[in-house]
Parts: sequence; C-alpha cells; structure tokens
Amino acid sequence: MIASVILSADVLILGGGMAAAWAAIAAAEAGASVIVVDKGAMGTSGVTATGGPGHWWVPDDAALRRDAVERQTAKAQGLGDPEWMARIIDLTWRYLPQIASYYPFGSDGRGGRFINGVRGPEYMRALRQLALARGVTVLDHHPAVELLANADGTIIGARGVALISEETWEVRAGATIVATGGCAFRSGLIGSHTNTGDGLLMAAEAGADLSGMEFSISYSLSPEWASTRTLPYTAARFYDGGGRELDIPPPRAGHAHDQALGKAMSEGPVLADLSDAPPALHGVLRRIQPLTAAAFERRGIDLWRDRFPVKLFGEGTIRGVGGLRIIDADCRTSVPGLFAAGDAATRELVTGASSGGGAVNSAWALSSGRIAGAAAAQQARATLARQTGTGLGRIGLHPQRAAQALDTATITASVGHEIHDYKKAFWRRADSLAQSATVLEGHWQALADHGRAQGRDLVELRAVAAMTASARWVTAAAQVRAETRGIQFRDDAQALDPALAHRLLVGGLDTVWTRPDRATATATATAAATAAASAELAA
Amino acid sequence: MIGALIAERCTNCNACVKACPALVFDPGEQTPVLARVADCQTCYLCELACEADALWVNPDAASSWAPPHRHLLESGQLGRIRLDSGWNEPADAGQLDDYRLLGPLLNEGVEIAGRRYAQKHGG
Repeated sequence: MIASVILSADVLILGGGMAAAWAAIAAAEAGASVIVVDKGAMGTSGVTATGGPGHWWVPDDAALRRDAVERQTAKAQGLGDPEWMARIIDLTWRYLPQIASYYPFGSDGRGGRFINGVRGPEYMRALRQLALARGVTVLDHHPAVELLANADGTIIGARGVALISEETWEVRAGATIVATGGCAFRSGLIGSHTNTGDGLLMAAEAGADLSGMEFSISYSLSPEWASTRTLPYTAARFYDGGGRELDIPPPRAGHAHDQALGKAMSEGPVLADLSDAPPALHGVLRRIQPLTAAAFERRGIDLWRDRFPVKLFGEGTIRGVGGLRIIDADCRTSVPGLFAAGDAATRELVTGASSGGGAVNSAWALSSGRIAGAAAAQQARATLARQTGTGLGRIGLHPQRAAQALDTATITASVGHEIHDYKKAFWRRADSLAQSATVLEGHWQALADHGRAQGRDLVELRAVAAMTASARWVTAAAQVRAETRGIQFRDDAQALDPALAHRLLVGGLDTVWTRPDRATATATATAAATAAASAELAA
Repeated sequence: MIGALIAERCTNCNACVKACPALVFDPGEQTPVLARVADCQTCYLCELACEADALWVNPDAASSWAPPHRHLLESGQLGRIRLDSGWNEPADAGQLDDYRLLGPLLNEGVEIAGRRYAQKHGG
C-alpha cells in the first residue's frame, strides 16, 4: 500500500468503541497527541453503542472489594488474576463518573445519580465528546489495514483506507493500541457488523499471540428478524411451531438453557411468549431501551401478548473472552510497541474461563483502555522521532499465487456456520471440531493464495480473512482444551481436567499453533494454594 | 435495514453519513444516497443522528422494504426513537431516570423463569 496522506502522533489507536475512546482520553490526559482511526465512527461503532453496559461497581471499601474479587476468582475457575480484578474495579469506580459533563446520568431513586449502568448511544456520544475535548483527533471511516514495523520489529504505526475517498493513509506513532473489538463472525448480533476481528489479524501478522479463544460459546436471544437487547425475554415461555410448550431450563441454567433452545431451534421454529414478564417492564421498556420497543412496534407486534419467533445470535469473542495476550501490567501485547485494550484483548485476567457478563467486560474495556492509553503515552515520550516502517499486512495484499476474485459472502457464511451452528457450538466434540478445522483451513488457503483487493473491497476482504483466522484460533484452542471449564463445553469431555488448569495460547496464520501458558499455570497454582490457605484460616 | 429516507424532510446535513458505522450512506446532491444498504446492521443509530426525523429503519435485518412515505409521515414512527430517548433534551431532563430499573427487571425475569421451572419439576 502506498499512502497519499501521512500523519503522525504520539499514540495511534485502532478502533472506535468504548475501549478505544477510554484509551484516547487517557493518552491525551497523559500529554500525548492522539489519533484514533476507526472503521466505523467513534460514537456509533461497536457493541457498546447499541447496548447498555453495566459496569462492575464496588464502592471504595476494602472488605466489599475483597469479597467481589473472591467471588469473581471462584467464577474464573483457576484462570483469573485477582490483582487485575481489584485494579479494574478501582479504575472503573474512579473514572466512569468522569463522563458527567457529557452524559445525562439518571436518578438512582434515592436522591443521587445512577452511575454504573449507562445507555449505549448516550455513553458513546459522551466518550466521543470527552475525547474531542481532550484534543484527540478522530478519523471516522478510516479503518487500519496493516501495521507498520521498523527494522527491529517494533510497531511504529499503521496504514489503512479512507473509506469515502478510498485513498490510503498512514499514521506514524510512538505507540499503537489495538482496540478494534471482538469478533462476532457476522452473526447479526446488534452492533457487531464491523466487529470482524480486524485487529487480531493485524497483530497476528506482526507475530502476536492470543489467549482464551476457546471460551467463545456465548449467545443472546432475540426475535428471529433482528438482534435486540435481551431485557424483555428473561422470563419467556417457549413454544414449538405446533403450539406445544417446550421444557426449557431457565436462563440461570446457562449452557443447558442454550442447549435446549438450540436443539429446539434446529428442529423447527421456536416462539417466545412474554406473558410472564415482570408487569413493571411494560410501562418502562420504551424509556429504558427505545430501540427494542421499535423492533416490535414497527412490525405491528404486541410483544407482551403476541407470540413471536426467536433465535439465538452468536456473540463470538465479544461475550466470549479470548483475544490478544497481555504480557504485562501496561496492556502490552507480545509484539514490541503494540498494546491491546477491550474485547481485542483477552479478558481472562478478569474473567478466567467464565463469560465476562456485561459488567466485568465493561469494567475491563474502560480500565484496559485507560491503562493502555497512559502506558502508550509514556512509551511515546521515550520514542524520539517518527520512524518509517514496513507494512506487515500480507493477506489480501500479497497473495501467494495468482490473484483471483473470491466469493467472500460464501466464505463469511461458512465461517459463521462453523463457529455458531448450534449443534457444533453447544456440543463441541473432537470429531466435529476437526471437521471445522478442515473447512476453515480450506478458506484460509484460498484467501492466502488468491486474495487481493483495493480500497473498500480490500477492507472487506481483510475482514473476511480476520474472521477466518479468528475462527481457526477458536477451533484450535477448543480442540486442545478437551474438558468443560467455564463457558468452554465439550460434549465428549464434560468434566474439569486439573491438568488443563492453565491458559491456552494460540496463534499463527498459515500454520495455527497452540501451547499452554506456563506462566499462568504457575500463577494459578500459587493462587489456588493461597485460596486454599485463606479458606483454612476462614474455617 | 434502512428502509426510507424522506427527501422532503431531509436537510442534507450529512449527519447520517457521518454517524453510520457501516458507511451505508454516501453524500449526495439533494440528499444523502443509500449507497450500501446491504451493509446496514439495523442499529437505528442513524435515526438518532437525524434531527430532521427523515429516516426510517425497517426492523427486519434482512429487509429494506418501507411503507409508502405518506404512511410513514402519519405513522408517528419517524423520530420516535429520538423522542423516547430524550436524545436532544438537556442533561437534567430526567431522560435516564428509569434506566436504573434495567438490571432489577432483567433479574426479576430470570427469577420468574427459575421459579416456574422449579415448580414444574417439583423443585
């Protein structure tokens, strides 16, 4: 790629969602010049903008925080890090109120402000305004396509495409943060269309490794015509196409709930009946989630009285927890000069094997954004001059064989099927995972051999490659973790295997590899010993 | 998917072009152009950005069909999401005063489903 526009900054941030915004704000507050480049638009990009994130919210009280960390450590099933948990609780508590000048906090019903739950569109609007007020330069519709490295392999910026003009831009920076979000494999999950794992691909091309990709079995229920927030549906009864009520374990049953729904949906239509929903919800749904009300009203459906067809929308690594491995307390990746934040990073540090749920994940996005932003600003100060570098992008730019037009829509649908098909995902088995690996390998080979495009087509081709790469990492990690732990369920290995009480690293493009994260295995053993000792003391 | 851009209301301010995370709109002479409808993710955020209430998103993520514009103009749906959100209201207007109920109501639904299942299975 040859750039027609070259800019420079201390800190370059890839992505425009919640973590990217907090990273930009923190870097600017630390005195750095900051450029944000996003595929969409900061303010509407990503899954926060259409959501309503609650944040992990524990008052500044030592006993309360210790309890919260202990509960979360237990949920993490040996793969979490209590120090990181305590850290993100503290950062969230201190920094979320900072948006007050731009966000219309509502009442807490007791004369104060309700802070920890925020509505997505207003939250992302506030973060954009706060970032702009701190002097951040925001380039919307400017997706990064490839990272740039100097001769040492240190990342010194990125190149990408300006979507409207289709010109190539380049930003040279002292530090670069990947905050491009997770990957939902184009499942239709609301807000996730641009969450295609682009940053994971770019980082992997630079040699970064990932962690926790097997923890990715996560779905949300919605009307079959469009993904919405799930607030109205938690008390739903379910019926088959013949009007017979289905015996579905309740949402709290977790995997069994999803399995039962997935099985029924594989066999025919499933209809939801919300007549049991909390009556108080009827009057306020519109005031809490105006978008959800519209999804029914515009189809002439009374969601409290009419039965309507539903399906499960895959959430991929968004509510799953895998992403780029974080190697230190500053949110550095394994590649020099490259930081990661939010859903682009592994959240195992704070979630372990469990889903982050909304609250822990949001606290992570805010905190990892702030940590990466501040650390990147500090690193940039130590970097003397803007350097020129070599583009590391290969797939879609430099095919191994003759360039050919590829049917990206078909590849996307197939990749999505391998990851989100109910039978494959809810009943992961060695044989079906091996079949998926073979299918995905074929797609990768075609992309690597023949993929080449320019402008907007290049951005889409790279998105398809990123989803394919992400799916291969998910599948490889799920193959090796032959046990059931947290949100990883193996139908052929339904027990916890103590020998797998460590995180699992995965990486590679043409050849995908996995290996145990020995560092965390040691830390896990230490944490387990400490927990056992404190349990003894408590008893 | 985005179904309608009501030209008679559009002020060609390009707020939708800037806001759309999937770049569905291109700038145009009289109004923005629906250039890449297939990329629309049915997030309704263009409607929030449109101060002229000139946009209508079909709630079906697979359909860009829209009723005749004269029906939409009378439907009360244009601008409804902005109105319900209190999007342009001052910060002290109380537009998020019910938002704290989200978590408790979500959990109440979970509890209802749990009790119903337990009763049915003799729990």
